[in-house]
Amino acid sequence: MGEFLMPSLGADMDHATVLEWLIAPGDPVHKGQIVAVVDTEKAAMDIESFEDGVVGELLVPVGTTVPVGTPLALFGPPAPAAPSPAPLVHPPASPPVRQLARRLGVELALLPGSGPRGQLTHADVEAAATTRTVTTAPPPPRLRVSPLARRLARDRGVDLATVHGTGRGGAITAQDVRDSAPATPAATAASDRGTRSEAMRHAIGVLMARSKREVPHYYLSTTVDLARATAHLASLNAERPLGQRLVPAALLLAAAARAARKVPQVNGFWQDGGFVAAEHVNLGMAVSLRGGGLVAPAIADADRLGADELMAALRDLVSRARAGHLRQSEMTCGTITVTNLGDRGVESVFGVIYPPQVALVGFGRVVERPWAVDGMLGVRPVVTVTLSADHRATDGHVGGLYLTAIEDLLRRPEDL
Amino acid sequence: MTTTTVEAAIRTAIVRVAPEADLTVLDPDESLRAALDLDSLDFLAVLENVARLTLVTIPESSYATVDSWRGLVDFVRDHAEGAG
Repeated sequence: MGEFLMPSLGADMDHATVLEWLIAPGDPVHKGQIVAVVDTEKAAMDIESFEDGVVGELLVPVGTTVPVGTPLALFGPPAPAAPSPAPLVHPPASPPVRQLARRLGVELALLPGSGPRGQLTHADVEAAATTRTVTTAPPPPRLRVSPLARRLARDRGVDLATVHGTGRGGAITAQDVRDSAPATPAATAASDRGTRSEAMRHAIGVLMARSKREVPHYYLSTTVDLARATAHLASLNAERPLGQRLVPAALLLAAAARAARKVPQVNGFWQDGGFVAAEHVNLGMAVSLRGGGLVAPAIADADRLGADELMAALRDLVSRARAGHLRQSEMTCGTITVTNLGDRGVESVFGVIYPPQVALVGFGRVVERPWAVDGMLGVRPVVTVTLSADHRATDGHVGGLYLTAIEDLLRRPEDL
Repeated sequence: MTTTTVEAAIRTAIVRVAPEADLTVLDPDESLRAALDLDSLDFLAVLENVARLTLVTIPESSYATVDSWRGLVDFVRDHAEGAG
């Protein structure tokens, strides 16, 4: 039997609490299936199975906090084929009796026969039908509720019978309870948030302190003319309904991802005293959470996505980050990270590298500035793009190539 | 649509994106994005909610105009079906 371990949840998280199991012993699991929800200092997160198999035993009960790497469950090899169900043994019954049973909705397998050799008779079937209508109303369906959901429901005064379950087999999950909580769980929510935001500050602090202690950062900055990119977006968006419009960030992210493919020295990890280039460009996105804090999930293979696909991925990622439904794989697969802090407010941001990555790209706010082109002064939308990079992995020359690559890509926005 | 209906719809549109927003202390001429801390995705989501609730679609060229409570209410009221 293989052990299913608490996976790594990002460089700044070394332990997590099991909030909910979505599998039970005997269940088949397949690779990529979400099997549990865990809570970290930063957010609740869905974790996936890395292999196919059958659940043997759950080793860590809900509510328990364990370090990364702790065995959470035992998985057996996948069953070769579904075993055929054992044939139902029916008591013997003549065809007319069977027909009557069908008409009255009586399950023959459950009846004792009173005829010769246990044979079922008309009387047996009729008696069963009468008894059932008189005495045995179908039992109320048993509610499947996770222990956390039960606790939440108790704390918040939610009647579980009124909650619509969205989990496996209609099970009620913690999120279902949160979603159906009375309109003003303000006190609970606020205290929940209070503890979470303290824990998150701590986690961010630990990781950023480590980065600043271990990683010799160098910083570069350049201002990029966005006239063509902005005009391109405006003409695209004019034709589109709101739900399909692009925000400038989609183009900026696309440029950052493709530039990382062109300058692979900034895309990868510092590991065991050396740089290891990543095979894919998984673009981490610093997402600020409403109410404070920050997570940096990644969009896998972002260099292969068009602007529309990136926009969709961005919306999906941001909404899930804020709702607490990020996947563990998204939290750990990033190969280079972007911060777009300047969406409003500031003009430039010099970020702190997310170890073990070796570069962080910062986009400021798009602003209109006087800009000289061919000896003429005009007003252009511009953005300040910065790079914080690990001096152990690259020198300023390579960092400069990377920023230039971004600039070139943004000048040809129709290719993004 | 009356101003009151439009305001109610916009309030709903905003609160769905920023549940913690306190609209009672909002200055009607202040930038909504700044006051409510909405990034570009949030703002787009608010406008999508507005479109769903009022059937008024705001073009990108009017984003600056509708980035205040008053601007958004006026725009929606003036462009709503049956606006006089």
